[in-house]
Amino acid sequence: MKEEIIIAGFGGQGVLSMGKILAYSGVMQGMEVSWMPSYGPEMRGGTANVTVILSDEPISSPILHEFDTAIILNQQSMDKFEKAVKPGGTLIYDGNGITHHPSRKDINIYRVDATAEAVKMRSVKTFNMIVLGAYLKLKNIVDMENVLKGLKKSLPERHHHLIPMNEKAILRGGEIIQEISVVE
Amino acid sequence: MRELKLMKGNEAIAEAAIRYGVDGYFGYPITPQSEVMETLMAMRPWETTGMVVLQAESEVASINMLYGGAGSGKRVMTSSSSPGISLMQEGISYIAGAELPCVIVNVVRGGPGLGTIQPSQSDYFQAVKGGGHGDYKLIVLAPSSVQEMVDFVGLAFDLAFKYRNPAMILSDGVIGQMMEKVEFDEYKPRWTREEIIAKNPWAATGKPPTRERNIITSLHLQAVDQEKQNIKLQAKYKEIQEKEVRYETYLCDDAEYLIVAFGSSARISKKSVEIAREKGIKVGLLRPITLFPFPYKEIGAYTDQVKGILTVEMNAGQMVEDVRLAVEGKVKVEHYGRMGGMISSPDEVENALEELIIGG
Repeated sequence: MKEEIIIAGFGGQGVLSMGKILAYSGVMQGMEVSWMPSYGPEMRGGTANVTVILSDEPISSPILHEFDTAIILNQQSMDKFEKAVKPGGTLIYDGNGITHHPSRKDINIYRVDATAEAVKMRSVKTFNMIVLGAYLKLKNIVDMENVLKGLKKSLPERHHHLIPMNEKAILRGGEIIQEISVVE
Repeated sequence: MRELKLMKGNEAIAEAAIRYGVDGYFGYPITPQSEVMETLMAMRPWETTGMVVLQAESEVASINMLYGGAGSGKRVMTSSSSPGISLMQEGISYIAGAELPCVIVNVVRGGPGLGTIQPSQSDYFQAVKGGGHGDYKLIVLAPSSVQEMVDFVGLAFDLAFKYRNPAMILSDGVIGQMMEKVEFDEYKPRWTREEIIAKNPWAATGKPPTRERNIITSLHLQAVDQEKQNIKLQAKYKEIQEKEVRYETYLCDDAEYLIVAFGSSARISKKSVEIAREKGIKVGLLRPITLFPFPYKEIGAYTDQVKGILTVEMNAGQMVEDVRLAVEGKVKVEHYGRMGGMISSPDEVENALEELIIGG
């Protein structure tokens, strides 16, 4: 099993930490993992992305040009990474702020309105965990038990009281994800 | 049991240093390696192992603090990125001339000049061929994973003390910034004063009545003496070249073509080898782990077997010169690389192999 993922969005959306939690979940599952961020002169409001690879085998290149799954959280990232999904691969996006919706017919497209859901849950910071939950619902590569272990490992101890809220957000993400069919 | 963590390469270097019993770290922040000192400051090793962590006023100050610490037989290190390493070159030359052991980490970014903060391998020449003035060499290790960032801290100190020579870990922004699984050994205690004196009889540890003064210097005003020192250094470098070459091969046994790459370029190239093998192209990867000593003989041994060699580096073509020296014109050698902080994709490298070596 090998899953090559790009997560891309605005800086401040929790893109990198979502990738880290996913990678740590893989470690807890006993998999090989790599987490490679874009680390340009980026800041809150700019773009941020991270490549996460989870594999049963040792990982060769941590740098990739095409992905099994792209998780896309803003329009700039859609413009850049929709075309980077392998044929037959998966694209998950949050519709918030998206003006040009994905149009490829050779990939599977899913939408998760995580921004809106995070507002409903009265916790904007759980946004990235809603997205992660949506992803995990589709790709059953790590057990929930290991995701929670990964979450615990990724968060500093002073934030451990937030774990139940994050767990709720992960489960909610799995509930609200919906498949999109591209129409002519 | 070894402890398992998920960490950035830069964070891993810091924790490895504490666990190896390093006495002092002296540095100055610069992207993409600032996490080294940040991690050290957060871990507060001065409260546990007694390791000193100091943010110096500049890179020039850091390297001279290493000179002092190394002269007293302590295990000392610094880390920086390309422009900062350039500032250290005078001190590095002095330390090499005075034959002192220390570890310098360069997490390379794109240059020349202030350049970019993105990953590069354009400091190969500086690390391997000199950088500072005079005939000297550093022992240069090139990690290609976060685990090797950990393992090479200990290896670099061991080699540095074995040969009384500064060692450099030549990394780059990819390995520094990426997170992978790492395993750590147990904490090793720092050397006691008695151990330092016993292990390093040359160190300036205070003159007892039983021996003459130990003098640490790189100054030999008489040309005769300076030549003598140079002859001694060259003999040492020859011994290092003979005994300390380290490299790794991947699918080289039946290879008709060879990719030679170090550090993160070797990781990317490994995937290129996989892509090419799927197309039926018999290509292997040779990854030099020590850049000095360079695996000349080991690469030269492939001249009868392979039809062409591609070097892959994130620079304009630097290590390619050493690969050409290794094969002595018997096999075609070409270079492929991106510059200025751009990173090749595995596909680009595979295309370059087909165009420059197989089709060219």
